[in-house]
Amino acid sequence: MIRDLISAAIDEESKPYWDGLQEEKLFIQYCSDCKKSIFYPRTLCPHCFSDEISWQEALGTGTIYSFTTVHQASGPFKDETPFVVGVVELDEGVRMMTRILGEKDQIAIDKKVAVVFKKIADDFVLPYFEVI
Amino acid sequence: MATDRIAAIVGVAESDLGKTPGKNVLQLQAQAAKLALEDAGLEKQDIDAVFTAGNWAWAPNLMLAEYLGIQPKYTDSTNIGGSSFEAHVGHAAAGIKAGLFEVALITYGSTNRTNPSNSQFKSPLTAQYELPYGLPTPVGAYALAAMRHMHQYGTTSEQLAEIAVATRKWATLNEKAYMKEEITIEDVLNSRKIAEPLNLLDCCLVSDGGGAVIVASKEVATKLPKKPVWILGHGESHSHNTITNMPDFTVTSARESGKRAFEMAGITQAEIDVAEIYDSFTITVLLTLEALGFCKHGEGGAFVSGQRTAPGGDFPMNTNGGGLSYCHPGMYGIFLLIEAARQLRGECGSRQVENASLALVHGTGGVLSSTSTVILGRD
Repeated sequence: MIRDLISAAIDEESKPYWDGLQEEKLFIQYCSDCKKSIFYPRTLCPHCFSDEISWQEALGTGTIYSFTTVHQASGPFKDETPFVVGVVELDEGVRMMTRILGEKDQIAIDKKVAVVFKKIADDFVLPYFEVI
Repeated sequence: MATDRIAAIVGVAESDLGKTPGKNVLQLQAQAAKLALEDAGLEKQDIDAVFTAGNWAWAPNLMLAEYLGIQPKYTDSTNIGGSSFEAHVGHAAAGIKAGLFEVALITYGSTNRTNPSNSQFKSPLTAQYELPYGLPTPVGAYALAAMRHMHQYGTTSEQLAEIAVATRKWATLNEKAYMKEEITIEDVLNSRKIAEPLNLLDCCLVSDGGGAVIVASKEVATKLPKKPVWILGHGESHSHNTITNMPDFTVTSARESGKRAFEMAGITQAEIDVAEIYDSFTITVLLTLEALGFCKHGEGGAFVSGQRTAPGGDFPMNTNGGGLSYCHPGMYGIFLLIEAARQLRGECGSRQVENASLALVHGTGGVLSSTSTVILGRD
């Protein structure tokens, strides 16, 4: 159901990311020219426009850049409220949207978090993060 | 003022607003276009450029111009969300300056309330990395920005509520406003939580409605019965599409678009008499005021405190009641231009800002993604 929202977008460019999650690995990209990490997946480095890009497994740790507790949601998320959506800055320097797990009073901006692989369906795993 | 008078807003109008069951987006735009032409004292055959933005057709300009019976020699469907129409005004002024056309029609129409358009794309492309987490769009993205601003600067929910309360006061003075009952800061704080820290009354309305703005060259504008509202400065920018990729959640590209608009107009922030600033959410306004340089970064909360932007305050803002209380049909930017033009013409009755001669109009689109700033003035 949730996968239906994005299945049309999973293509050669994004497949390695989604396939990695199935194996509980969080893959991001790395530019061998400017030495910066890249997320989301692209065929050109958005920093220097190089096409010397490779996949690397992320450490899986980072900090909360921002978060919000959602009380009104739609579609497949309607009955899940309240839940916490966050933007996490990985230690590699890239940001990603995610769900933040943990007690509400433990969730705060700048708190350290680590990835947990959440099985949404047999063929769909998402990287959530929990406060460490 | 350093700026040459090259192009002006010469006609403005809204269509029916609020709930418009039975009317489609073309009818609303046609209604607004006809009224705006009447307001300008121009005829349909005077229009030689067409601007619109929407997601109700694969090529909205083609459908709208055919419906109106116009074959323009210049066409622009720039769509950067709610700030599109401020961009259209800038593009129209540039086109007129280049001698490409004389009279531009800019329209918008939406049935967001009674018959929302379904802009489902086959593939969400880069949105695939956000959609699975259930963030309500766009409110959740603005909530993330508000949380970050609160964290960095100690901004409070009470300060955000000041904006909603002041804007509602203006709405009580506008007969076309949808919400006209006064509210208090407590009302905002006690309204239903949507995405923390934003509550229901921090959020804009969901309305139907359309609007039209006519931009004309100096040669045309100075021959018309109403005084021209000169386009003195314009700037536009966009910094991201998905909220995750906003470089700094507390700084919008208003910093760039505003800077260019002020430079082009050759004026400073202190000279602005009335500001019409996109208020999709209370936080949108606060971030914009900072990025435009009306106050320092982090001081937006203090700036709006004490009902400073309300009627009688020393910073008149969103004088029609804003997207928060007047109307908000999805891409609200055109209504900011309409209100600013009316203020500069002195047509606003009980909500008129006395002696308003310079107005700032600022649109914000997407999830704080795009901005476009226009500075308008009268002789």
